[in-house]
Amino acid sequence: MEHGAPTWTLELGSIPITFNLSTVLMLLITATIVFLIAFISTRNLKLKPTGMQNFMEWVMDFVKGIIKSNMDWKTGGRFHVLGITLIMFIAVANLLGLPFSGIYIYGDLWWKSPTADPVVTLTLASMVTVLATYYGIKLRGTGHYVKTFFQPMSFLFPLKLIEEFANTLTLGLRLYCNIYAGEILLGLLAVLAGGSVLGFVGAIIPTMAWLAFSIFIGFIQAFIFTMLTMVYLSHKVSDDH
Amino acid sequence: MNFDYLVLGAGLNSEFVNLGDVLATLVIFIILMLLLKKFAWGPLMGIMQQREELVASEIDAAETARKEAAQALEEQKALLKEARTEAQLIIESAKKQAEVQRNEIVEAAREEATRLKESAIREIETEKEKAIAALRDEVVSLSVLAASKVLEKEISEEDNSALIKETIAKAGEAK
Repeated sequence: MEHGAPTWTLELGSIPITFNLSTVLMLLITATIVFLIAFISTRNLKLKPTGMQNFMEWVMDFVKGIIKSNMDWKTGGRFHVLGITLIMFIAVANLLGLPFSGIYIYGDLWWKSPTADPVVTLTLASMVTVLATYYGIKLRGTGHYVKTFFQPMSFLFPLKLIEEFANTLTLGLRLYCNIYAGEILLGLLAVLAGGSVLGFVGAIIPTMAWLAFSIFIGFIQAFIFTMLTMVYLSHKVSDDH
Repeated sequence: MNFDYLVLGAGLNSEFVNLGDVLATLVIFIILMLLLKKFAWGPLMGIMQQREELVASEIDAAETARKEAAQALEEQKALLKEARTEAQLIIESAKKQAEVQRNEIVEAAREEATRLKESAIREIETEKEKAIAALRDEVVSLSVLAASKVLEKEISEEDNSALIKETIAKAGEAK
């Protein structure tokens, strides 16, 4: 299971900007697939929807439901695009690692889920936190934003401060751990299957079961990530918090 | 297993936090979001909005049409009622007119009958008088003839005739 990562470092002054080329590649593939799905299914839009348009409209309504369960639509409508993009992007990213479950070139892992990389998931989680802070201040004012740290009791301030970071960390790491663990087990099963004929036969059923479960987990984690994004946003943006 | 991979917050200069990945993730995600907004979500939301508006306008139109239909029905009912009343009026006036006309005709017929009867009576009277006069003349000449036979006396026929006529007239008055 020991493997390296294809890295490429850009020296910018004294700060080395290191790219994990596999992550970048997988992010690009994910973005391309999401874009193609969305783009192709929204050609020939009709008032009476057919085929893929139905699916995309279902996704939109689904995300709309998530937002509406957290805040009123007048406030939450602006996060609709973010929500749909997040859920589609993460779902596709989670599933991408499954079909090939690790392609090694010269000992470097190239094919994996981009969400099996903590940097990616934590970046997304940080982005959500930054957005929540930004919209909290923009919509409710700085005073209200600062006040939320002292409510309901002012002595809870340290906890509130920790909560801010804990939310970000858990949001990112939950996604990362689920997908990474899934890929580790899938990799182990692949090693077992590749070891011997008996191992191959023995690995068929567990692999199938684990793949099915991973698909389920992939969708569930995309849903959870989007849901929690909207929860955190509504905490900052809504009136009653 | 390479647990170094799990180490977080080890500093920007650490080879484990790939600043490039952070940038790549952000840039790729944001570009994807913008592209999708322009090419997919925007049009899709537009069409959904359009559908909502269409449904709303259709409901409104249906409501208006229903109201219009109800109004038209009321109007038709009122018109029908009016027509019925008018027909009733026409029938009644026709009946009245017919009654008047009937009375007129009957009256005219009655008058005509009366007139005819009277003229007939008058004619009969005239004829009767004529006949009486003729009879009288006849009686006079017969009486003259009889008297001249009886008297066998030649007197002028004219004098006698006048005498007899006088006598008969007296006799008639005496009767």
